[in-house]
Amino acid sequence: MSDVLVLVEHANGEVKKVSLELLAMAAKVGTPVAVALGPGADATAAALGQHGAKKVFVDSSDLYANEIVIPVVSALAKLVSDNSPAAVLIPSSSNGKEVAARLALACNSGVITDASDIAADGSVTQNIFGGATIVTAKVTTGTPIITVRVNSIAPIASGGSAEVVTFSVDHQPAKTTITNRVAVEKSGRPDLSEAEIVVSGGRGVASEDGFKTVIEPLADVLGAAVGASRAATDAGWYPHQFQVGQTGKTVSPALYFANGISGAIQHRAGMQTSKTVVVVNKDPEAPIFDLADFGVVGDLNTVLPDLTARIKGRK
Amino acid sequence: MKICVCVKQVPDSWAEKKLSASDKTLDRAAADRVVNELDEYAVEEALKIVEAGGGEVTILSVGPAEAADSVRKAISMGATAGIHVVDDAMHGSDAVATSLVIAQAVKDRGFDLIMFGSESTDARMSVVPAMVAARLGLPQMTFAKKVDISGNEISIQRVTDYGYDEVKSSLPAVVSVVEKINEPRYPSFKNIMAAKKAPMETVSLSDLGVAGSSVGLGAAWTKVEAFADRPAKAAGTKIEDDGSAAAKIEEFLVAQKFV
Repeated sequence: MSDVLVLVEHANGEVKKVSLELLAMAAKVGTPVAVALGPGADATAAALGQHGAKKVFVDSSDLYANEIVIPVVSALAKLVSDNSPAAVLIPSSSNGKEVAARLALACNSGVITDASDIAADGSVTQNIFGGATIVTAKVTTGTPIITVRVNSIAPIASGGSAEVVTFSVDHQPAKTTITNRVAVEKSGRPDLSEAEIVVSGGRGVASEDGFKTVIEPLADVLGAAVGASRAATDAGWYPHQFQVGQTGKTVSPALYFANGISGAIQHRAGMQTSKTVVVVNKDPEAPIFDLADFGVVGDLNTVLPDLTARIKGRK
Repeated sequence: MKICVCVKQVPDSWAEKKLSASDKTLDRAAADRVVNELDEYAVEEALKIVEAGGGEVTILSVGPAEAADSVRKAISMGATAGIHVVDDAMHGSDAVATSLVIAQAVKDRGFDLIMFGSESTDARMSVVPAMVAARLGLPQMTFAKKVDISGNEISIQRVTDYGYDEVKSSLPAVVSVVEKINEPRYPSFKNIMAAKKAPMETVSLSDLGVAGSSVGLGAAWTKVEAFADRPAKAAGTKIEDDGSAAAKIEEFLVAQKFV
């Protein structure tokens, strides 16, 4: 079987879950081969091998931390040229999409973004228009460059080990310089785009205080990330980076909790591929109920605190 | 400072969007056409830059005849001129071809900044700004939530999954901005009137030296094989809260093994 290259996302050697998911996706198409770049890359091999990577290409150069996008593209382009893989899989983050964009030009290859599945013959499933339309598409020219959405497949702990191959790249002079990396304060909650459970609030939450006293406590007892509709972020009740929707984050968690959210297209576009949806809304006519596996017509201010207390009581 | 802001005409982001059954491209007639919401942030940022340091803003759009309306609409926020690249051969172009056309249209015009919104609300690929930067060999300063210009240098805060990177480069550069970098202004009556008379260049592929055969659906490096509407979800359980709703949600979550 041909190799399928997987670009690994890691923080100083700590492999992100999405990379393990991509290895599982790669195994559907060929032999998963990981590519780990930048400081700490040499520490990723064990985790990658355990999750199906047969080989890991490693280049731990600092250069990858000093310039955006381009050094990673140069490394992948070299590996594509040297190894003729069946495809290259890249996480569908904003950075990943830009890597894919430039790699496509560098390799004269077609690029497909936001894949949710890839079949053995390389045809790609995408949920477009916010998940309203399901498309199968194929790259017809060059090496398929595919960005894959987080939470599209479960990682497979195969318990193997990966052969480590170090390599280096002749990089072009840098055009941009990263002068500082700033980590925003972590809430202690899971990352919204990766979370297994998302608890969201909308117009019905009615205030910043509502998010603090009703939405966040339920999220915390479920170990969930907090999301918000555009109505809530535009009103200033919750920070914009937590907005789920057409403009904003697209999430696909195992469980999505929509509270006080009517379900306008703007919002559905960001969450309708969620596997299970629970809705609490006062308005029985709210379109969000069309997506609900379990819907409650009621006041979130009484239902949610009661639910939070009950779940807390189970522990 | 000469700035070009690239805008895309898209279906209204609050409307249902569809693919056309005949050739599996975007059905542009199925919804109202508007300026891509995220591009308005790029226009606003460009206007702020020239208001602070002098210069002018040109709006560029690649798209069918109707896209000229979106160029005028964007100009009416306060830009000076427009460029509309229109050619029937473009229909069905992929991002690779679109980036080629944009790069050919902006090069050699002396722009210090070529600006974009970070994605379009229809295709949502976020690849065109990076491709245009690659084709022009210019610094790629993308996903900016803050832009600062000082002399011949630009610095941005680039949004990342952990927060942001501070990145700098020289000018000219290609910039994309994220939603909420600013508050896009509403066009004033004066600017709406001025936009009607603003110089608008209409450019064809042959003007740009781009062969019609290198763009369009036939030249795309990807192919949509099939599409379908997401199947409607099977009706779930829906209850009225009679005081027991929380207990029933709890039961549901337990049955689904979430708690």
